Amino acid sequence: MMMKREGEVRIPSGCAIAAVISKEGKRMSGQKIYECMKPMHDRSNGLGGGFAGYGIYPEYKDLYAFHMFFDDRDTRKLCEAFLKERFEIVQSEIIPTRKIPEITNEPIIWRYFVAPLKSMTEKMQIDEKEFVARTVMKINTQMKGAYVFSSGKNMGTFKAVGFPEDVGVFYKLEEYEGYSWTAHGRYPTNTPGWWGGAHPFTLLDYSIVHNGEISSYDANRRFIEMFGYKCNLQTDTEVITYIMDYLIRVKKLTLKEAATVIAAPFWSTIEGKEDMEEKERLEYLRKLFPSLLVTGPFSIVLGFDGGLMALNDRLKLRSMVVGEKDDKVYIASEEAAIRTMEPDAEKIWAPAGGEPVIVKVKDGAY
Amino acid sequence: MSIQYIYPEFEVIRNENRCIACRVCERQCANEVHSYNEDKKVMISDESKCVNCQRCVSLCPTRALKIVKSDCTLRENANWQNDTIKEIYKQAGSGAVLLSSMGNPKSFPVYWDKILINASQVTNPPIDPLREPMETKVFLGKKPDVIQRDENGNIKCEMPPQIELSMPVMFSAMSYGSISYNAHASLARAATELGILYNTGEGGLHEDFYVYGPNTIVQVASGRFGVHEDYLSAGAAIEIKMGQGAKPGIGGHLPGAKIVGDVSKTRMIPEGSDAISPAPHHDIYSIEDLRQLVFSLKEATEYKKPVIVKVAAVHNIAAIASGIARSGADIIAIDGFRGGTGAAPTRIRDNVGIPIELALAAVDQRLRDEGIRNNVSLVVGGSIRSASDVIKAIALGADACYIATAALLALGCHLCRTCQSGKCNWGIATQRPDLVKRLNPDIGSERLVNLMNAWRHEIKELMGGMGINSIEALRGNRLMLRGVGLNEKELEILGISHAGE
Repeated sequence: MMMKREGEVRIPSGCAIAAVISKEGKRMSGQKIYECMKPMHDRSNGLGGGFAGYGIYPEYKDLYAFHMFFDDRDTRKLCEAFLKERFEIVQSEIIPTRKIPEITNEPIIWRYFVAPLKSMTEKMQIDEKEFVARTVMKINTQMKGAYVFSSGKNMGTFKAVGFPEDVGVFYKLEEYEGYSWTAHGRYPTNTPGWWGGAHPFTLLDYSIVHNGEISSYDANRRFIEMFGYKCNLQTDTEVITYIMDYLIRVKKLTLKEAATVIAAPFWSTIEGKEDMEEKERLEYLRKLFPSLLVTGPFSIVLGFDGGLMALNDRLKLRSMVVGEKDDKVYIASEEAAIRTMEPDAEKIWAPAGGEPVIVKVKDGAY
Repeated sequence: MSIQYIYPEFEVIRNENRCIACRVCERQCANEVHSYNEDKKVMISDESKCVNCQRCVSLCPTRALKIVKSDCTLRENANWQNDTIKEIYKQAGSGAVLLSSMGNPKSFPVYWDKILINASQVTNPPIDPLREPMETKVFLGKKPDVIQRDENGNIKCEMPPQIELSMPVMFSAMSYGSISYNAHASLARAATELGILYNTGEGGLHEDFYVYGPNTIVQVASGRFGVHEDYLSAGAAIEIKMGQGAKPGIGGHLPGAKIVGDVSKTRMIPEGSDAISPAPHHDIYSIEDLRQLVFSLKEATEYKKPVIVKVAAVHNIAAIASGIARSGADIIAIDGFRGGTGAAPTRIRDNVGIPIELALAAVDQRLRDEGIRNNVSLVVGGSIRSASDVIKAIALGADACYIATAALLALGCHLCRTCQSGKCNWGIATQRPDLVKRLNPDIGSERLVNLMNAWRHEIKELMGGMGINSIEALRGNRLMLRGVGLNEKELEILGISHAGE
């Protein structure tokens, strides 16, 4: 039997995650974030690493930045023709990379800064974000050999098959500056490794890095696919990203509300709540979205425009610690990674299971 | 003996060395198999009347009795089997439709037994239900599309009526009339203690059982027996019965002999009159008519009760369910072809309908393909036999299961499949007061509670093994299932992979 490609088979994986954000919106180079992955080397197995940076494209901040992988030149040409029917392409270029022996077999890696054509969104009677989301789904589902791995504004993900610290060097992340960064090292258990399968996984400006293997996967997937999402990669991270997009962008829940959907408190905990309004709200959300409860171990960092949210599964079956220093907040699977970024980090703590840590950049600073 | 003589199916074996002629067997057998021969001072048997209900065996104080299948058979023939030939003799004698009880006993595939459940190893941890919370609570009902907020941005927590169940199992519909007062009392009391629901069936609700209303589903079937305003408002939900897995496409017939006393009063029909449920509801000849009945019942109960529409699993079930999901119903109950019955024409019971496993998989997938799975909850029945069947049903996509045969077994039923005779020695499918009193509702309800608690433990163990700590995360989680010995088409319909994939 031929080994199945990623997306044709479900792939569980263990991992390392890390993140940093400046509440003041101060921009940091991407170097620290990839260096902090070194002490967590053994949490990855060289089959995937990646990063997301926010605030990295200030000169194009009103345009959607599509980062794409292509198998070959023909696919790229085909895809560009498709994009031109739907977007104004303001800039199109190769993403700069560095040749290093640790990273090989790279696909064609390209980025486009685009604005949706008004005529298209009006014709389809949907807003810009929905239009972009549907376009990404269409390319990733229907266009063989083309893959959009980043599609937000003023943010971008960079990922590859390799150890994360090497992936950072490969993409020259030290040349980018962002107000927040997330990082991921992957330990998949049954894949030859595919570039698109590395984390972060993104849709619009939402990005997710995730450590864990969720046991609710197919319940979540089969529910979310009712609403136009297509889980092409069959990874946990992909389905969690779509769930967050659905809850926050489509259903207009707050981050905290969304967190109580995917890591819902136990019924017994809800029962014990004394604040009646809170109790009623928690009960309502659990009744409303039973199929979006995520069980099994996970620690995730959700990146979005202007902030980060870290969340553990409700039993806290995966490690995750948070630390602070001045305007910066650090999150990682292990304290060692935080110490690499900031040796003097303070207030190191492990958030409880299901308790979201939400950090936002102050208004106007990003 | 005549041409149509059929040698008795069972033999009563009495160990004369053990028999003390206490005559318990004689008193216990409503079929009058046993009698005492005064002259010879021995017990004798007329096995032609025996239905193998095991009542005498169970109560014989010296274990002197056993019932065995007779080895007097016709010449073996793979095509013309014994049962087939005997049925022909019966029909040649009577000119009548053959009647049977309980579920289809034929050797059709049982898909539950060809599906295996997953467990966690290494990459994620199993969860120990003795140490960690393991949630089995479910809510059934329509989920709203839009989240409303007030002027302060707070969520308005209003929701269509929901049924709360402490575990995803309910006692399925069995009417008062088809089963006894004490059987109903046992079911009602057990459901209340367990925090689940039982179902009245189509015979109305005895006035003594109104107190169990919050744990009762009241049924409205084509005969509309016992339906009135207080009845509709008495339960936690209303079920419109369109069909039954054991006899899709036909109605019901409770003979006048069983319409006595309280049964007649509860059904609101005269004593001794046959209670005939027509095959269709005569106000529902199409899906738009169903919608009208759904909303009539909602109007009558001020939109406070979820409405369940129960249908038999038939060939086109996915499209039918899709229609029902758009009819205003809150819950769809699907009854598979192995579902039990108090009486059904044998040919219908044994040849009509489809397996619940396939029906469930097809319906759940169709509702998802159409984006309307959230409009309704799905309840499935028709031979759910164990906690692992429940787990498999939930993972295929059910919100909850209906059980009835399993519940009757807990009450003492030995599945002799002769409910239609009305002479149930276990006090379940009978209205004879001397037989009914054999079923003690204190013991009956306790046994039902035990059974459900046992299943709940097993459900938790199975969930924990999969690393799932809430039943909600199992619903529709088909990756947790694998098929064994199923062909490509069966796997495709079930939406699962083969073991080893």
